[in-house]
Amino acid sequence: MTAEPAAGTLDRPTPSLDSGVWSGVRWALLRDLRLALRSRAELGVQVLFYVIVVSLFPLATSPEKNLLALMGPGVLWIAALLASLLSLPRLFANDYADGTLEQIALSPYPLPALVSGKIAAHWLTTGLPVVVMAPVLGLQYALGGEALAVLTVTLLLGTPILSMLGAIGAALTLGLRGGGSLLALLVLPLCVPVLIFGAGAVDAVHAGLGATANLSLLGAGLLVAIVGAPLAASAAVRIALD
Amino acid sequence: MLETIDLAARRGYSHLFSGLGLRVEPGCALLVTGANGTGKTTLLRILAGLSTPFTGRVRWRGEDVTPFAQSMRQDVVFCGHLPALKDELTAEENLAALVALAGAKLEPAHVRRALAIVALDRQASLPARVLSQGQRRRLGLARLAVTRRPLWLLDEPATALDADGIALLTRLIADHLERGGFAVAATHQTLALPTSRVRTLALS
Amino acid sequence: MNFYRYSSPSAFYPLAGTLAPWFGWSASLLAIAGLWIGFGLAPTDFQQGDAYRIIFIHVPAAWMSMFIYLVMAFWSALSLGFNTRLSAMMAQALAPTGALMTFIALWTGAFWGRPTWGTYWAWDARMTSELILLFLYFGVIALRNAIDDDRRADRACAVLALVGAVNVPIIYFSVYWWNTLHQGSSISVAAPKIAPIMLTGMLIMALAAWFYSIAVALVRVRCIILERERGAAWAGLVAEPGKA
Repeated sequence: MTAEPAAGTLDRPTPSLDSGVWSGVRWALLRDLRLALRSRAELGVQVLFYVIVVSLFPLATSPEKNLLALMGPGVLWIAALLASLLSLPRLFANDYADGTLEQIALSPYPLPALVSGKIAAHWLTTGLPVVVMAPVLGLQYALGGEALAVLTVTLLLGTPILSMLGAIGAALTLGLRGGGSLLALLVLPLCVPVLIFGAGAVDAVHAGLGATANLSLLGAGLLVAIVGAPLAASAAVRIALD
Repeated sequence: MLETIDLAARRGYSHLFSGLGLRVEPGCALLVTGANGTGKTTLLRILAGLSTPFTGRVRWRGEDVTPFAQSMRQDVVFCGHLPALKDELTAEENLAALVALAGAKLEPAHVRRALAIVALDRQASLPARVLSQGQRRRLGLARLAVTRRPLWLLDEPATALDADGIALLTRLIADHLERGGFAVAATHQTLALPTSRVRTLALS
Repeated sequence: MNFYRYSSPSAFYPLAGTLAPWFGWSASLLAIAGLWIGFGLAPTDFQQGDAYRIIFIHVPAAWMSMFIYLVMAFWSALSLGFNTRLSAMMAQALAPTGALMTFIALWTGAFWGRPTWGTYWAWDARMTSELILLFLYFGVIALRNAIDDDRRADRACAVLALVGAVNVPIIYFSVYWWNTLHQGSSISVAAPKIAPIMLTGMLIMALAAWFYSIAVALVRVRCIILERERGAAWAGLVAEPGKA
């Protein structure tokens, strides 16, 4: 007896490969954005966190102009990293807790596509505000116009990478005790290159070398992350659901 | 046709079941019964492709399927313990999102009609946060009614449902079986389904 | 010889038990030879005096720290690809030894730095990379400890190890790049001019460290096998040979 479809076959949605991927990304992106906008309080808190941390550094060191200008890019970058880490557990944990993540994993859309959409939404709500705030906060650090511009571009290229690397960590640590700290331990070493190239761009400009190398490396890293991180994060999500 | 061959599952170090071979024909339902902790949920998750069995295989439409296989994901509706609802979205938005996730497109009018079938049309614009357990379960039933898939895997579908809700659930499953669908449900309760279409598996 | 026979934990257990002492004793002999060369035979360095001799421990440890990570990543890849338990157990057994080697490399590096450059930690590229490698090891170990379910722990740690392995070259590259940028007055570690006997000493110590790592990993994997297979009949016999 051949395996024939059930009598009166119920529709089987068969999205073609292309529309499958983009529809999946769109579903996750729109849904997560809608959810984030409905919890507006949470969004505001993260930006405030960034502002506060950036303002703390001079208080702990010294407001001396030259020192600040030296420290500025590094401080703005590290604060961006911390802000990203703070919001990462939220990426999968809510869906995991209410059972949506299972439905996402069982969806006919490719899981990497859905994960990419979630990461994109995360960046739009966490990374992009940081990129927007950074030039303003950079003024606190006596950074000049060119330095601010370079810094902003590095953050624009780098914060998505942070979101993507963080997503891998968030997926791996789903539902575990010690969640946030464990996630930081896993993700921070991986973020070191992004930090080095990102924060180092302003130094390169000051040193007269130009930031092209840094920006190219960040750009390349972004491309690699766009391809690789959703795959790794999807594998980790499936492992967590097992 | 859904089959398993020599399926075994563990939770931690305890063996839940082993050597399990079952077979579900089109138009038939398999009811899985057993005390708490005997592995009903684990079995359903293995069938859905969420979990990897300790040993053994699952076969769907005559082919072996691995966890998260494409063929399973396109053919299965899995209703787990948790109703998969987002508190911040309204009932209508939740249903629309879940249906869209399954790859189907629904007009808003159809979404409303689905909610009406499960007597939730008055709660359509309310955030899911304010729905009771029973109402959340009904929303899950609406998803079942609307998503057209051959295989239904239901984990304790009758939980928190009142008599009306259970009657609705039974009717939905019966219609589904009539159309040639399959269903596997883990349940404590007896569902009034036509006995010719029902088989029972007791785990212990 | 059919190697696949040994891919089951119960078959590998006795094999590991037989092999471990051989590697252990070889490691001891090699270490004695290497240390004798390093601390006895090798000539005093013109620039750095006798303090440089710590490189006979530092360099092999650093080599092993990187090598073990690669081996761990290899076993992780196998366990994901072929869904085998033993490969995952080997990866689990290697992580603590890798972390230990990294730690030794960092400590001996610091003790090398003190007399040579006047400071314990100089943020040079190699030491900084070793430090990040240590964090990567800690991450794998912490993740393993945080997950109760063995299967999930196997697979999660495997993914993490592979992601880390892919990133290690990138991290090293970025740290070196960072270091060259800020070279200026910073101190760079320059190994003394290598006389052949020094190289021999380091290679012997490297071999000793390698065999030590293998021996320890084999012993540790035996413990892991017993713990994880404790439900099986053969494990009960091992633990209590008298009872049938």
